[in-house]
Amino acid sequence: MSDNQIRDAIAEAIKDNDIILFMKGSPDAPACGFSARTVGMLQALETPFTAVDVLPDPRIRAELSAISQWPTIPQLFHKGELIGGCDIVTEMYDSGELAEVLGVAAPAGPVQEPAVAAQPAPMGIENRLG
Amino acid sequence: MPSADEVKSRIEAAIPGAQAVIETADEVHFSAVVRAAAFDGLSRVQQHRLVYDVFEGELGGSIHALALKTEVS
Repeated sequence: MSDNQIRDAIAEAIKDNDIILFMKGSPDAPACGFSARTVGMLQALETPFTAVDVLPDPRIRAELSAISQWPTIPQLFHKGELIGGCDIVTEMYDSGELAEVLGVAAPAGPVQEPAVAAQPAPMGIENRLG
Repeated sequence: MPSADEVKSRIEAAIPGAQAVIETADEVHFSAVVRAAAFDGLSRVQQHRLVYDVFEGELGGSIHALALKTEVS
């Protein structure tokens, strides 16, 4: 895959998925605390989301950041718009704004963060850009 | 590796009127609260971008992580 093809695939995934999270690792085995926390918040809202692991190829992260003009991972998009990284998602989760923006009910329970995996997870079936 | 003071002065120099409070335990992971009048009218994403732009190319490198909170002053 050329860099341009990767960029196009990322842009398409952002367009085609209402809620998409670019993260390190997978929701079941996140490879970074910030990704784990963001997954935990989305799961607490009980909203389905698409997850893409940026780790299998460094070009995924490079092309994603070029599209989003955002340097860090994770990155959460809703209906094609960048909502933000872990800090902004946390702030919006705490204020109830995240549930509002995503159009879901406010969370019932506390956030259960998935444990960070010691090793990078193998590519999951949800990783459309692998 | 930048010190907390260095991170603070670079943010304050780059964003007019900004006041930054920086914490770091190890000089690679930083947490910053930045207040600036320049944030007025900007989305959170745009506010954070202004701060990230100060450290272009260093995030993920000499600065492993920058936890960020922005406020309009």
